[in-house]
Amino acid sequence: MTTSLLIVQILNGLQLGILLFLVAAGLTLVFGVMDFINLAHGVQYMLGAYLAVTFVSLTGSFMLGLVLALAAALAFGLVLEFLVFRHLYERDHLDQVLATFGLILLLNQGVKIVWGAAPLSVPVPEFLSGSVRLMDGILYPTYRFALIGAGLAVGGLLWFIVEKTRTGMLLRAGASNAPMVSALGVDIRKLFMIVFAFGTMLAGFAGAMAAPILSVEPGMGDTVLILAFVVIVVGGIGSIRGAFVGALIVGLVDTLGRSFMNDLLRLFMSAPSARATGAALSSMLIYLVMAVVLFVRPEGLLPSKGRT
Amino acid sequence: MSAADAIAEAPNVATPLPKRRPLFAAILFVLIALLPLAVTFGLPAHWMTLVTRAMIFAIAALSLDLILGVGGLVSFGHAAFIGIGAYATGILITEGRPEALLILPVILIACAIFGAITGAVSLRTRGVAFIMITLAFGQMAFFLAQALSAYGGDDGLTLPERSTVLGYDLFANRTRFFYVVLAALAGCYGLVSMIVASRFGRVLRASRENATRVTVTGFDVGRVRLIAYVISGMIAGLSGFFLANQTEFVSPAFMSWQRSGELIFMVVLGGTGSLHGAIVGAIAFLFAEDVLASWTEHWKAIFGPLIVLFVLFTRGGIVGILGKLAGRRDG
Repeated sequence: MTTSLLIVQILNGLQLGILLFLVAAGLTLVFGVMDFINLAHGVQYMLGAYLAVTFVSLTGSFMLGLVLALAAALAFGLVLEFLVFRHLYERDHLDQVLATFGLILLLNQGVKIVWGAAPLSVPVPEFLSGSVRLMDGILYPTYRFALIGAGLAVGGLLWFIVEKTRTGMLLRAGASNAPMVSALGVDIRKLFMIVFAFGTMLAGFAGAMAAPILSVEPGMGDTVLILAFVVIVVGGIGSIRGAFVGALIVGLVDTLGRSFMNDLLRLFMSAPSARATGAALSSMLIYLVMAVVLFVRPEGLLPSKGRT
Repeated sequence: MSAADAIAEAPNVATPLPKRRPLFAAILFVLIALLPLAVTFGLPAHWMTLVTRAMIFAIAALSLDLILGVGGLVSFGHAAFIGIGAYATGILITEGRPEALLILPVILIACAIFGAITGAVSLRTRGVAFIMITLAFGQMAFFLAQALSAYGGDDGLTLPERSTVLGYDLFANRTRFFYVVLAALAGCYGLVSMIVASRFGRVLRASRENATRVTVTGFDVGRVRLIAYVISGMIAGLSGFFLANQTEFVSPAFMSWQRSGELIFMVVLGGTGSLHGAIVGAIAFLFAEDVLASWTEHWKAIFGPLIVLFVLFTRGGIVGILGKLAGRRDG
């Protein structure tokens, strides 16, 4: 019994980790290249989910809805970049944090005005609606497998772009020394916009993919944003590999902690006190992991090379 | 690149009108002290509640200004200290111990321990990492409060009564409570001013401008920052004590990360590093919130863009703007 539960929970943890990776990758990329801390990144994840709700119900097709939602999320992100973010790149981090915090207040409320405060959902697409039989008595929803697969595919694509293409080379160069890249004749504004568009798409994609399995509600981006921060800090700021490792650690630790902490504490505690302590401890677990990682390695597990 | 900018801009933002500061603060406190009188002469009565709340947040904003404005450490988890103060108050009162002289030392010790531990970890990093880590620790405190099912969990905890001082119910009367909070605010202002003016404060300020140079001069920058962080957290815990007593209710929302963001905005709105700016910022913030919320339930959709515009188009906060106007008149 425990083994089957363990397998299911590991898969759930992987799936959370993949979602976190998609969000954290964009965040860390934007920070690494542009030295810009964008709190509104979580809101872009939320918008991806809301736009998926609208476009899937409009078109009646999940795939078409997903594509349209991504396009709309990208367009919206670029508008934000043009109106606000562009003017913040040269400012100090405090200004960036505050301005993007203001955007979060606006967009969380704006979503309530447009879509209402009640949680919404997207139906799981027909062709992914079944379950996969892992072994005797263990079924796991196909859609969740698809999500893990899609996330890994996007991660692979990201790796390919960053490591193997010319744009990726410029990104890495920009991350280690943006003024130098600019001085060598690369249009840094255009590069920044590409990076930003990339990050927005990743966050929007994560939100849209999460929409069928999570409830779509205002503020859903805030939770993910803070988890993504933990991921980035654990993995090392500006490093995509670090974001991947950090996301899997955070996803697995959080999911497994929540499901097994009680049983673990029951071994040496009475049931009620184990439940109370377990609830408190499991919700704090990832932050404790973060604290330990920082204590041992303040720059994170896999810090990006060449950052000064 | 941005570090160079910060150094170049720092003197303008950090030290507006150092000479006139005590005068400005004195005028501010006298004006606040006259409020109960003005209310008896026809000012809206709910201003008493509003200004009391504003002063409580001003204590927290003031403490944040010590590390953010003076020390240059952008902590995004400061609401956790308010929450610790509020929960310590709530739990002790619920357990039948409303005595403030017992609650306050408990709060100060609890905040000092939390500050020392989280500070020791988060101060190992700089800049953006520090912002993210303090945010994460704030969130940790939030989830811990949510998991406290014995004390209301997610729903929060309603207090059966307010604190007493030496058995005397000093906080029961609204005007009395108002003056107690005002005295506490003035006391905290005096304390933080003294810290900033001291040798310790100078080292802290210098560490913001150029940490390497301060280290080379022979000071332990890490220790100075940690001490400032702990002191700041203890003062914020005090504001949690008053907040719990005013609302007679505590909930995890007291330490939500939005609250931490709002505290940062209060400091920046008033003018970072000036101390009295934090007080002005807190009052302006709560009045703006009150006015906007009376117009529409979607006030955050207006308030958010205002924050963005404020950040994009102003420098030095309200105090800085006032200072510029005053300077122009003098010249």
